[in-house]
Amino acid sequence: MAVPSYFTTGEKVAHYAVRVFVGLVLLFLIAPIIAVMPLSFNSETFFSYPMPGYSLRWYEDFFFNERWTGALKMSFLIAIATTILATFLGTIAALGLSRANFPARASVMAVLISPMIVPVIISAVGMFKFYAQMGIAGTLIGVILAHTALATPFVVITVTATLSSFDKTLMRAGASCGAAPHTVFFKVVMPLILPGMISGALFAFVTSFDEVVVVLFLASPEQRTLPLQMFSGIREMISPTITAAATVLVLFSTAMLVTVEVLRRRSEKLRGIAT
Amino acid sequence: MAMAQALPNDGVMRAADGTPLKEALARAQRSDRLKALALVTPLFAFIVLSFLIPILVMLYNSVYDPDVAENLPTTVQALQQWDGKDLPPEEVFAALVTDLKNPKTDNAVALLGKRLNYEISGMRSKVVATGRKVKALEAGPYKEAVIEIDKVWGNTETWATIKRSSSVYTPFYLLAMVDMRQGVDGSIEAVPADRSIYIDILIRTLAISLFVTFATLVLGYPVAYMLATTPQKTASILMIFVLLPFWTSLLVRTTAWTILMQDGGVFAQFLNITGITWVLNLLGLVEGAPQLFKTRFATIVAMTHIQLPFTLLPIYSVMKTISPNYMRAAKSLGGTPFYCFLRVYMPQTLPGVAAGCLLTFILCLGYYITPALVGGPTDQMVSGFIASAINTENNWGKASALGVILLIATLILYYVYNRLIGIDRMKLG
Repeated sequence: MAVPSYFTTGEKVAHYAVRVFVGLVLLFLIAPIIAVMPLSFNSETFFSYPMPGYSLRWYEDFFFNERWTGALKMSFLIAIATTILATFLGTIAALGLSRANFPARASVMAVLISPMIVPVIISAVGMFKFYAQMGIAGTLIGVILAHTALATPFVVITVTATLSSFDKTLMRAGASCGAAPHTVFFKVVMPLILPGMISGALFAFVTSFDEVVVVLFLASPEQRTLPLQMFSGIREMISPTITAAATVLVLFSTAMLVTVEVLRRRSEKLRGIAT
Repeated sequence: MAMAQALPNDGVMRAADGTPLKEALARAQRSDRLKALALVTPLFAFIVLSFLIPILVMLYNSVYDPDVAENLPTTVQALQQWDGKDLPPEEVFAALVTDLKNPKTDNAVALLGKRLNYEISGMRSKVVATGRKVKALEAGPYKEAVIEIDKVWGNTETWATIKRSSSVYTPFYLLAMVDMRQGVDGSIEAVPADRSIYIDILIRTLAISLFVTFATLVLGYPVAYMLATTPQKTASILMIFVLLPFWTSLLVRTTAWTILMQDGGVFAQFLNITGITWVLNLLGLVEGAPQLFKTRFATIVAMTHIQLPFTLLPIYSVMKTISPNYMRAAKSLGGTPFYCFLRVYMPQTLPGVAAGCLLTFILCLGYYITPALVGGPTDQMVSGFIASAINTENNWGKASALGVILLIATLILYYVYNRLIGIDRMKLG
């Protein structure tokens, strides 16, 4: 974009100065993430350039060493269980909340999204003590329940947002055509709010998949997740496998980002909001 | 028609089955409300049971402190008569010996020692040693014998501390958070300087959070402006630069910074190549390569990087709604570009600035992972001290009291946020 001809010299300088500044800030945002990626192909065990040679040994370690594959599997197991629970509980709660004149809606909503607000260290420590007394600290169930509590606010918020622009007369239309309430839900409501549900589910998945603080307190060695493996790896001795893990996770989150964006566009199209 | 004629003609509107319309509506609304409640109840119950109760129970620990009352029951009773002036009478010492000889559980004496150690340095080992040695005492008088074992028992202050801690509820932990304590006579006084660390921690947490918030605003505002004013096509490409880090997990970004900030790592190389190291050396600020890993600088850089999208995106979405006509109008009225920007454009972006900065500030207060991995021991924030109170000291009272302060600060700020912006409209991506 060229500078308009009526700009004064001062305006031109300001115009270019802002651009250079913005360029530097964008570089600051992206560079740390990009800079780590090539290091994961380093043939040696240090973290600086230039690299003496290239190798896939850290990826081999990441994908074939039991320590990392076990952690990856555990993360997927916990995240999938969390996603199913959180999406189910969150969606039905959102359906209830978005009915007309729900009593004490603001207060109920505040309770439901409180796990998103409370600093995670407080949640982790509180749940650790309480779950230990209940005998579920250090168990798979305990970690899944804790992650579900942390993840449901995201489902509630996304599904409630989708429902806020949902045309409720469609439900009445379905009912007046003789459909039973569950038929109306599965045939009319669900297809329309599905994009919202899926992006809520993705948020839930990511929340659990990336979570480290609660796992740090609540998990026993059997529930060693990928973030926990990375965290303790960094604390004890940094192995370059961590750069491979980071690279894989960045690619993974990029895929997630694209999916959510596609869903958002689709959802807006379905609800008739022009973009 | 036949049905309508059967209904009394009293001017009341009625539903098809003859009930007054008002009543029918109320009934329908009631059943609707019950259905809505039935849908919300499972999640509500789940959150209360798995999340709210655990947190409330933990916070309760900040005032609930039964270690002394439970493990020295007879001593505490005997001390009630004591006026606190001279050493307690023989009965109190006898009671102490009874309590120490018959501990309720195996680790009762250790717990007691740990609790008293919070107030009197070195008390842990003294209590444990006394607990071991009183077993040899056969008969009284106990007073001299106990003082013989350790002269800390001949100190009025020791007994005053025990008496003060004898209630199962204590203000001790919460007072300690503001570097205060109850004096011997029960009045509230400042903790001696060598033991006062908490105000430091709170100020450090606030200072780092404020600095990071300010840095993200300074860096983010021009980017948001650029994103909001350039044509859609360029903007969506630039947006990737903001959203990719936003979507990369906090741990991965912290990992990246940990690797880059290593001694002799990529960031140090970057400083060398760009000549920043040279300039710093020239100015005499550092000698040789600057220390990066485990420093305050690294913590702030990493936190700023992680929080930048959180500040930037709300500002961007507000700027997106500002019509360019305002600026055009202001300029056509003769304002200089800078003046117009300052007086016309910027005031309209303030809601976004408030939302972004408030969110970043709140999130910064609770940071744990990043300072723990990138920062040094003197860069840990409140969350880090909560974690270490549990992991290394097993001091639940302290962890809970720090938790109370962090939670209250967070809740107040979220209340403000909710009044300003509305929490369920929080930007998720």
